[in-house]
Amino acid sequence: MTGKRRRIYLVLACAIGLGSASALTLMALSDNLVFFLSPSQLAEKAPQGGRAFRLGGLVESGSLYKQTIDGHPQAKFRVSDGAASIEVEYDGILPDLFREGQGAVALGSLRPDGKFRASEVLAKHDESYMPREVADALKKSGHWNPSAGPPPPAATWNTLPTKPGG
Amino acid sequence: MIPELGHFALALAVALALAQSLCALLGAARADARWMASGAALAYGHTIAVGSAFAALIWSAVTDDFSVQNVVENSHSLKPLLYKITGVWGNHEGSIVLWCLMLALCGAAVAGFGRSLPSILRARVIGILGLNAAGFLLFTLLTSNPLLRVWPTPLDGRDMNPLLQDPGLAFHPPLLYAGYVGFAVPFAFAVAALIEGCVDAAWGRWVRPWALASWSLLTGGIALGSWWAYYELGWGGYWFWDPVENASLLPWLTGTALLHSAIVVEKREALKTWTVLLAIATFSLSLSGTFLVRSGILNSVHSFASDPTRGIFILVLLLAVIGGSLILFAWRAPALGSTGLFAPVSREGALVLNNIFICSIAVVVFTGTLYPLFAELVFGAKLSVGAPFFNATVLPLAAPVLLAMVVGQILPWKRAALGPALLRLWWAALIAAAVGLSVALGLRALLPALGFAGAAWLIFGSFGEIIERIRLFRIPLATSCARLKGLPLAVWAATIAHAGMGITVAGIVGMSLAREKIVAISPGEAVTLAAYDWRLDGLRDGAGSNFRERIADISVWRDGALVVRLTPARRSFTTQRMETTETSIHTTGFADLYSVLGEERDGKAILRLHYNFLAPWIWIGALIMSLGGFLSVADRRLRVGAPARRPAQSVPAA
Repeated sequence: MTGKRRRIYLVLACAIGLGSASALTLMALSDNLVFFLSPSQLAEKAPQGGRAFRLGGLVESGSLYKQTIDGHPQAKFRVSDGAASIEVEYDGILPDLFREGQGAVALGSLRPDGKFRASEVLAKHDESYMPREVADALKKSGHWNPSAGPPPPAATWNTLPTKPGG
Repeated sequence: MIPELGHFALALAVALALAQSLCALLGAARADARWMASGAALAYGHTIAVGSAFAALIWSAVTDDFSVQNVVENSHSLKPLLYKITGVWGNHEGSIVLWCLMLALCGAAVAGFGRSLPSILRARVIGILGLNAAGFLLFTLLTSNPLLRVWPTPLDGRDMNPLLQDPGLAFHPPLLYAGYVGFAVPFAFAVAALIEGCVDAAWGRWVRPWALASWSLLTGGIALGSWWAYYELGWGGYWFWDPVENASLLPWLTGTALLHSAIVVEKREALKTWTVLLAIATFSLSLSGTFLVRSGILNSVHSFASDPTRGIFILVLLLAVIGGSLILFAWRAPALGSTGLFAPVSREGALVLNNIFICSIAVVVFTGTLYPLFAELVFGAKLSVGAPFFNATVLPLAAPVLLAMVVGQILPWKRAALGPALLRLWWAALIAAAVGLSVALGLRALLPALGFAGAAWLIFGSFGEIIERIRLFRIPLATSCARLKGLPLAVWAATIAHAGMGITVAGIVGMSLAREKIVAISPGEAVTLAAYDWRLDGLRDGAGSNFRERIADISVWRDGALVVRLTPARRSFTTQRMETTETSIHTTGFADLYSVLGEERDGKAILRLHYNFLAPWIWIGALIMSLGGFLSVADRRLRVGAPARRPAQSVPAA
């Protein structure tokens, strides 16, 4: 075995390892990237073909409705960013910190009837926490201008005007 | 008074760490024995100073000194004593002090245990550790000082996040940090080797125990964290591919590669440059893992202690450590030279293959973890990369490693043939095939069958090396037994660690067969899940020292016989006005019966019930892996001295 052949084997092995890694990464990225959308982005352009995405916003006050169907808990609520809102359906137990008027992120996809079917609902462990995406969406919709100070209390966001001063 | 003393000790530690690094590095450059000796002595002093600061912090927390900001924010007079102590490292500031203490201990350990090291190498290692420590201590002192006072003094504290008030999480950070920080020692050795321009077998032999010990601690830490997530978060899963989890997995992966490639350096003096690079990469990933998560740059569902304002300082510090060592590597690595011949089919060839695949996995996990950050900065797109991505990329890359690690273990060094090696493992292949076939017939599912077959191949095949070495059934049994006693501990260690990996794999495959059910039932009603009848007997109220709780009594029956009573609960913590779910888990050794209480509605309780097949094996396997690592460290200590070092050929960089 000459040094040259050994080197070829080594380079070949590295190429196979890294090559398969990058091929797998690219394939998996194109299939499994989960975009984050706010209700108003959703209203503009909805993702096609039942593709999964994350929906983030505030849970509208008074929109949460829980029921039990055949012994299975189900929850319905509306997620809003001030400019638009969408109805979400979720089968399962909502997280401990899920509250009306607070931020939440739901993973799922759009159903043909335009409702959002969530497979997972997240609310962070921290009561004052607002998911970063939700915070950004709020800034965009004009609910919160960070230069004007800290965000207003979570429970009041829903009732704020869409544009500050407007 | 005590917090001020701690504050002073912390400031003193910065000075001592700086002095330690200057004395040791300058002493090494001038080959001045007195300077080098003072570096080692300063390492002890630095450790005592950080230790005093940490002790002062614990003292303030235990005595409920609410004039200390950190105690106000994270403690409460009603908090149980255990959590007053462990709460010290449950937040950013305290955990960084713990981190610095570990780093100081590493330096002191090199000073104490490294007496057989060449004095210049030892001084350089101590100096580099001191330089790192000085940077991070300065960070603590300037941006995250936990010993600051607050005025006016509040009557009571704000209490700690109830999710953190748990024994699993109390001991998870110290273990994890010990693992992270331990990799600072191989890193320091790597940088010292780059300065000297010399890596040889002796270097490999000194680095390996450190890498092994850190790896074992990190394995234990990750396992404990995953176990905590499993029973405390109550989501029923054990690994969520969350940035925080990935941040701990990355150094584990490169650390695994490092401790394998260090074997090649030690036995064959090959892969030197690569091993040095791995040592740098592992510590860099440990650092970025700890601090990117702590600084809030990586968003996560379970990072508790984060504060984005400290981001810039930490980024500069990371850049200095990682960038500096990589520049040194680019400059000095050619001086290390490469020697050692090896054939593709040989023990060292197999170890190279292991390194290539494990590092590919690390690259993939790294990409997946940082891609959302990258996409937001570059394209302004908000997206997340979740479990499906990691499952689709990591599993195909991990499978070849898992299959090959059994074969690699029985290949001899230098030159080997694949055919005979495979033939000698026929019995393991037979067991694997039998397991796979019976699962395939029993479940009528292909993937779990393949997974279990792979796990069986790994668990049984790992014993192949021992069976080869004692020549079982080829020589009289008594001679085999005699050979068994004479086997070096390192062989046992490798076998145990690899078999532990197999057990973890079996657990992961088993968890893919887990079943769950969400039901709303009234007391007296029962549901069936996985051949068990789960009956809700009743609901009652309870209270602890700082919480009230609602408990569900569930009895689980199988074939009319009572198996266990489960008591999942919902706790409300009064100070933090926060609710948590307490899972109740019964393990049979082969499966976990897992129950969570949701809310109550119309007299019915919502329950989430899981039957998690082989779940305990995941953590048992990790524990065994960690044990294997420690066994290997023990073997090295017993060995009489490392081989004499050849004189360094190249001139040290001044």
